[in-house]
Amino acid sequence: MLRYTVYRLLWLIPTLLAMALVTFLVMHATPGSPLDPVAEGANPLSPEAQKNLAAVYGLDKPLWEQFAIFLAKAVRGDFGQSFVYKTRTVGEILVETLPVSLLLGSMALAVAIAGGLALGVLAAVYQNRSWDYVSVTLATVGVSVPNFVLAVFLIVIFSLVLPLFPTGGWGSPRDWVLPTVTLALAPLGIIARFTRSSMLEVVRSDYILTARAKGLAERPVVLKHVLKNAFIPVVTLLGPMFAAVGTGSFFVESIFRVPGMGRFFVLSMTGRDYPMIMGVVLLYGAFLAIMNLIVDLLYGALDPRIRY
Amino acid sequence: MALSTPASGTDVRMAGGPPPAGELALPRAAPRGSSLYRDAWRRLIKNRLAVAGGVTVVLLCLVAIFADVLAPYSYTKANFGKIYEFPSREFPLGTDQLGRDVLSRMIYGARVSMLVGLGAQVIIVMIGVPLGALAGFLGGRVDMLLTRFIDVMYAFPRLLFVILVMSMLGAGLVNIFIALGLTGWVGIARQTRAQVLTIKEKEFVEGARALGAGFWRIITRHVLPSALTPIVVSVTFGIPEAIFTEAALSFIGVGINPPTPSWGQMVGENQQFLRSYWYLCVFPSIAIAITMLSFTFLGDGVRDALDPKMK
Repeated sequence: MLRYTVYRLLWLIPTLLAMALVTFLVMHATPGSPLDPVAEGANPLSPEAQKNLAAVYGLDKPLWEQFAIFLAKAVRGDFGQSFVYKTRTVGEILVETLPVSLLLGSMALAVAIAGGLALGVLAAVYQNRSWDYVSVTLATVGVSVPNFVLAVFLIVIFSLVLPLFPTGGWGSPRDWVLPTVTLALAPLGIIARFTRSSMLEVVRSDYILTARAKGLAERPVVLKHVLKNAFIPVVTLLGPMFAAVGTGSFFVESIFRVPGMGRFFVLSMTGRDYPMIMGVVLLYGAFLAIMNLIVDLLYGALDPRIRY
Repeated sequence: MALSTPASGTDVRMAGGPPPAGELALPRAAPRGSSLYRDAWRRLIKNRLAVAGGVTVVLLCLVAIFADVLAPYSYTKANFGKIYEFPSREFPLGTDQLGRDVLSRMIYGARVSMLVGLGAQVIIVMIGVPLGALAGFLGGRVDMLLTRFIDVMYAFPRLLFVILVMSMLGAGLVNIFIALGLTGWVGIARQTRAQVLTIKEKEFVEGARALGAGFWRIITRHVLPSALTPIVVSVTFGIPEAIFTEAALSFIGVGINPPTPSWGQMVGENQQFLRSYWYLCVFPSIAIAITMLSFTFLGDGVRDALDPKMK
């Protein structure tokens, strides 16, 4: 177990290096430069000014050197100055916005896991009855409809037609409801669908038959025997779920005007804010990789049949 | 859902495959309608949701093809005397901030969605299937290199990478194809590789090799046809994913260039006016939702029809 954890943690290094390299190459191999941005409202600069700025930001050095300098600094946690928000470092911006995104993301995940498991269990216990249809409908809508479209529907219903929640902002907990629900629906649907099929599979197994044969009541059979075993495969879903919630938050944050990382990410991309892009991509990649590791370890801890 | 068809039968038929046309002159004794795809078709048209999805998809394709005939107005022509008109008989879905007819723009938006959905899959299949098949079949160093590369690509969240590529390349339909192709082939390559790995060990491939069939013949005639089912399934699910990606890109402004309309772009541009002019945002949203749901129903139906075990 320890060996496996260390091995996986060591693998993080080449993975992040490769991600940094691919991102770097994509940024530099494509036409355009941050000094001559395609972004709207950018000031046209004279060639001399461009040259001077390039020297200040180190953009005149050969590519391999730029990459090496970036790596040397990044290892010490220094991602440099943002090109777009010139007075602030990438680190400062991330420290300010990451907690907001994390709060939104974890609330959405909590709702998705609790709601998804409950719906999935209900759907499996009442197979082909109304709970099953509610669950399947919600799951299908959640999975297939993009979250910014869901956001539009939710705002129209719960802010305009029934004025229950504000259309955006991030001041009070009342503002949190709609973005959280929007972000939660897709993973909730996936978890519900998966829990349902996993439970139906377990119900058909021999040890459930045994439990019933020895006269155990329906409630303990479902709660103690079926649920426990059905949860295990659901845990594997959590890894991709983090990714879905993470990328989903770009859109949800922009629609509901949430001051999180997502907004900065899109702005930094279109503004060719190299240091910011690198910082966000690597932070995101590292976060996902660590989450995947935790999920894998959890999987092993939950199911004694799995050995690393 | 329990299907009465014995699941084991599918494998046998898959392994046998349909006889290559024009090669076997012998009359086949098998009764009509016993091939994998004919069975699958029968299962598919029994599935009401899948049929509804399929019909909607066909309708959307027709709208996309005949957009020029169907659209009552031009999608670019501004009419400043008629801005932000509420839906009326003249403009069934209202007009936008430049007085352009929303219905006409949505009809042309269908064209973008369908083009991206189908076109991206063609590119993805053309890159992913040969690469995956080659890696699986050759094994060794080629395989190792490709799997390592695929693993790195998997570490990137797909949408993040697409946004990155798009913002570097700039908005535009061709660039969307490039971005989707660059990132999308990974999944299908991985799947093809796994399929080829299991199939190449099967007896019928061994038999073909024993009879002296060459490398390409074995791949194209024996291995790939058997590996087709999961590829078909992944393509049917890939189409809505591509449509979703285009909508998402256009929503944040790095997808389709205005004035060409796209549903995602219409939602993105107008979401800030949701309170005052809800119709500008809601109708394209409904279009996206219906399209995505139809493809999902169709995809679920195709998957269940092709392999009743997979459910």
